[in-house]
Amino acid sequence: MRRKISEYGIELCIKLSGILVIAFVFLIFLFLLKDSLSLFGVYRLGAFLFGKNWLPVSEPAQFGIIPLLLGSVYVTVGAIIICVPFGVGSAMFIAEVAPSFLKHVLKSLVEILASIPSVVLGFIGIVWLGPHLKDALNLRTGMCGLTGSLLLAFMALPTIISISEDALVSVPKSFKEAAFGLGATRWQALWRIVLPSASSGIIAAVMLGIGRVIGETMVVMMVTGNAPVIPTSILQPLRTLTATIAGEMGETVSGSEHYFALFAVGLVLFIITFLINLSADICLHKARR
Amino acid sequence: MNISKAAGIRQKVAFVILGCIALVVVLPIILTIIYIVKNGAGAISWEFITEAPRKGMKEGGIFPAIIGTILLIIGTMLFSLPLGILSAIYLVEYARENFFTRLIKLSVVNLSGIPSIIYGLFGFTMFVLFLRLGTSILSGSLTLAIMSLPVIITASKEALESVPRSFREISFSLGATKWQTVRYCVLPYSLPGILTGTVLSLSRAAGETAPILFTVAAFYLPRLPHSVFDQVMALPYHLYVISTQVPNMPAKLKLATALVLIALVFLMNLVSIVLRAHFRKRKQW
Repeated sequence: MRRKISEYGIELCIKLSGILVIAFVFLIFLFLLKDSLSLFGVYRLGAFLFGKNWLPVSEPAQFGIIPLLLGSVYVTVGAIIICVPFGVGSAMFIAEVAPSFLKHVLKSLVEILASIPSVVLGFIGIVWLGPHLKDALNLRTGMCGLTGSLLLAFMALPTIISISEDALVSVPKSFKEAAFGLGATRWQALWRIVLPSASSGIIAAVMLGIGRVIGETMVVMMVTGNAPVIPTSILQPLRTLTATIAGEMGETVSGSEHYFALFAVGLVLFIITFLINLSADICLHKARR
Repeated sequence: MNISKAAGIRQKVAFVILGCIALVVVLPIILTIIYIVKNGAGAISWEFITEAPRKGMKEGGIFPAIIGTILLIIGTMLFSLPLGILSAIYLVEYARENFFTRLIKLSVVNLSGIPSIIYGLFGFTMFVLFLRLGTSILSGSLTLAIMSLPVIITASKEALESVPRSFREISFSLGATKWQTVRYCVLPYSLPGILTGTVLSLSRAAGETAPILFTVAAFYLPRLPHSVFDQVMALPYHLYVISTQVPNMPAKLKLATALVLIALVFLMNLVSIVLRAHFRKRKQW
């Protein structure tokens, strides 16, 4: 009898923890939504979504999200253009070309990169990459979008490499063998058969990379110059959604308009990353089939 | 045979290009590590590790920040490990393929995609303000724990699934209940895999800055915390502060702090690699 009760108790605990996991996602969304809605009680939604000025401390304050959104888009597009060819190329090399020992070395190095905290990379950006870029490109300041893009590309590499490599390796061997049977070289089989067959997995890898880049906070806060203006070039200082929240949250009074505006920025970020990750998940499921 | 010769040359060129791409990717990784180790090692001393910062952080050590980060790691583990293992047990051993199960899996995928700064915002409204825990070790640990959950659940799920079906069937056939089977025939064999994933996710949590910005991290607090409701300094936040907020900070102190942080993270990764290797050797099925 007592055994039955303890069995029942433990099963309840197990089920409860499952429920908690779901609850966290809902709670995160609800708390963001609740504080964002408080902003739209006093500030127009249209002015928030389409406003061209982010001036939280001027009189009257303006909370236009466009400069921040564009800042995020600039940095993310820059990072993805840089890291997709390098990421997918390395994955192809690791999956199909490298001999076994080299494969292990490369994979371990990529794992090491994945474990470096973002604040350390931001620090490298400040003391090394930024000043060097400034001299090399003759910029006014090294703290600009491009520095951020380069570091974010570097950070997204482990995600893109490991998921693309998985996708390439899981293409059935028979595909390649059929190509060899027809007289194709290893490169032709890789380029014409394996790569296209792994395409949905690789697209998922790129999507997850984008999700990671757009949500990264510390690197962009430290190296992109923190200028909340509409950027016209990636060589200018700019500011992303994430850096705005992290940089201004400490200075606001909780319950103020500015405070709620930062939660609204958070909600926008949440929705963007949710959609990106959802489409990555759909691609991954398609790849498994 | 001109065509196949051309194809052979093309293959050689393509593979060399791929090799160069891989080299361009791994070279900066090696250089970054060398840069920090070479420039930071000189400033590391016994005093730096064991003393509190002095004179606005420009002198002294980083002891409170090291302790703060270790406390946060322990706190995060206390919350996320049981919750993560239990959810994984539910998914692998108990759940049927229904709407509820799909919802849990979707939530795990979702949690892993949420940006760290959103966890920071959530932790601030939920734990610091709503539950009135204040800016404290408790709030910070809870925030980091929720962030670590998806990795722990995924690793635990894989570890549980790798235990052969027959183990469970034998246990059932001897009259064991579901929980007895899980407790004595599945968990012991999957524990190393679970721990590997946990240590890995904790090493990520240790290096995170954004989630602790508003939930626990203290700008300058050169003493140790008295209770779980105290603020603490933390290594990643300390590195952020001294590299952006403090003017005329001596460069070698910044580099040494970065070195201590990556050393701590690498050490934890090493532990997880050793655990994994040890487990593979002992695995007998």
